[in-house]
Amino acid sequence: GRCYLYVKTVERAAFPRRLWERVLLSSNYEKALEEIDENLIYWPRFIRHKCKQRFTKITQYLIRIRKLTLKRQRKLVPLSRKIERREKRREEKALVAAQLDNAIEKELLERLKQATYGDIYNFPIHAFDKALQQQDAESDSDTEKEEEEEDEDADKREFVEADDSELSDFEDMDKLETSSEEGQEDKSSSEEEEEEREKKAVRSKSKGKTPLKGPARKKRPYIEIEYEEETEPATKTKTT
Amino acid sequence: GGDGAGGGAAPAAGAAAEAAAGRVLFPPTFSVSEIKNKQRRHFMFQRWKQQQRKEKLASRKKRRKEREALGDQAPPKPVPKTIENQRIYDETTVDPNDEEVAFDESTDEFAPYFNRQTIPKILITTSDRPRGRTVRFCEQLSTVIPNSHVYYRRGLALKRIIPQCIARDFTDLIVINEDRKIPNGLVLSHLPDGPTAHFRMSSVRLRKEIKRKGKEPTEHVPEVILNNFTTRLGHSIGRMFASLFPHDPQFIGRQVATFHNQRDYIFFRFHRYIFKSEKKVGIQELGPRFTLKLRSLQKGTFDSKFGEYEWIHKRREMDTSRRKFHL
Repeated sequence: GRCYLYVKTVERAAFPRRLWERVLLSSNYEKALEEIDENLIYWPRFIRHKCKQRFTKITQYLIRIRKLTLKRQRKLVPLSRKIERREKRREEKALVAAQLDNAIEKELLERLKQATYGDIYNFPIHAFDKALQQQDAESDSDTEKEEEEEDEDADKREFVEADDSELSDFEDMDKLETSSEEGQEDKSSSEEEEEEREKKAVRSKSKGKTPLKGPARKKRPYIEIEYEEETEPATKTKTT
Repeated sequence: GGDGAGGGAAPAAGAAAEAAAGRVLFPPTFSVSEIKNKQRRHFMFQRWKQQQRKEKLASRKKRRKEREALGDQAPPKPVPKTIENQRIYDETTVDPNDEEVAFDESTDEFAPYFNRQTIPKILITTSDRPRGRTVRFCEQLSTVIPNSHVYYRRGLALKRIIPQCIARDFTDLIVINEDRKIPNGLVLSHLPDGPTAHFRMSSVRLRKEIKRKGKEPTEHVPEVILNNFTTRLGHSIGRMFASLFPHDPQFIGRQVATFHNQRDYIFFRFHRYIFKSEKKVGIQELGPRFTLKLRSLQKGTFDSKFGEYEWIHKRREMDTSRRKFHL
């Protein structure tokens, strides 16, 4: 941008169109200052000084504008409130429809079934059981099946105990649960007891320590301790 | 006085209508909305509503009885219509056996990643002057994505840092855009001349805002789950996300990062899982969560002026139907 000097004279106050006199200043800063001086020659010193100050300010900000336009500028994009609200609502509904936890769990179980985890987890035997059952459904009698499963479960349990892994208790619980469906009533009653004890263990543990978060990771030795705790309060109430 | 007159008028009108029509109108049909008295109108409407509910309950009971009576021969239960059911069929939906798609995918920009020639190295940065929330979000994001580095951008132009990144062997660039102290946009750009995707990010939750979260994500490489990316566009975005994570997840870490697409919204979650049994798995959320909505996909690296856009979300053309989704 080029700067102009506008000079107003009192004599010309009657003619608004010709009131202002325009002078183009040179783009060289020092020369422009001299031009201001020679144009405002008979004006008081103070006014000339102020005019030059103003001119300096203007040139400074013009320089800055030119520099900024070369850099990247932040572009402001207007948001439409209606659109924003619509998007937010749709997102909430999509979240509800997604059922993320279920989807993730399903996917993980799928991957487990397809053995992408290799031999880390000891579960595949159950699938093997199922396959066996389906094959033997026609030929074998029920008792035989039960015996087979009992044996395998017993083996499984022994195997797991020797292994001493964290997940063993849960495995046992669910294994016993599912196998009870095939009609092993003794086991089911014992399972229920164990489950109750488990649940109580869970509750008593949570009372003492921080609240359980998500999948509880229990170590085997601790659970035996829970049994003892669980019986103590009962005795206490009796005495008091 | 007024009520009596009103009551008297209605049956008289009904009778007159009957006589005029010559057929039996049973009961006199005047719509509830024509009653001028608000209280009365409200009362009649409530009564009508109760009646409707009763009828619906009765019909439902009847249907259930019929179904039980039929037993095995009962017709299958009618499936309720959902938006996913009614989704307008997108012609670019990928068929799993499509050879053309498979060929394309083996020769596109992500081929080196999927052939294990490159290891992902990610640069996370923000727009100018990030505020507290964005900074913390960047840090958490860098713990979630292995092999990622956070650098602050002090006024540097993206176009100039891209060649530097390529020189230092980065494979991906993530820019988190911020508005009013919250992150609201994400630009994901695959570096050696790869596609650039621009997302709108919403509902960002930092780790401390997530309830029942577990401990910090460890250094193990997480698994990746990509759900529901059906169309061609969805596939390419899915591959983009997959290429952020190293190829071989460490199953000891038991961590999984999920990108779930539902109705064009991509939900990101980071969980730790534990298999309680063969049929049960427990998951515990750790790590930040956010949702993304794709705004545009550009063919080359980030270039706002001269880039060649593969897909832009045009609201007027694309948001015309509630059941049309593009991802």
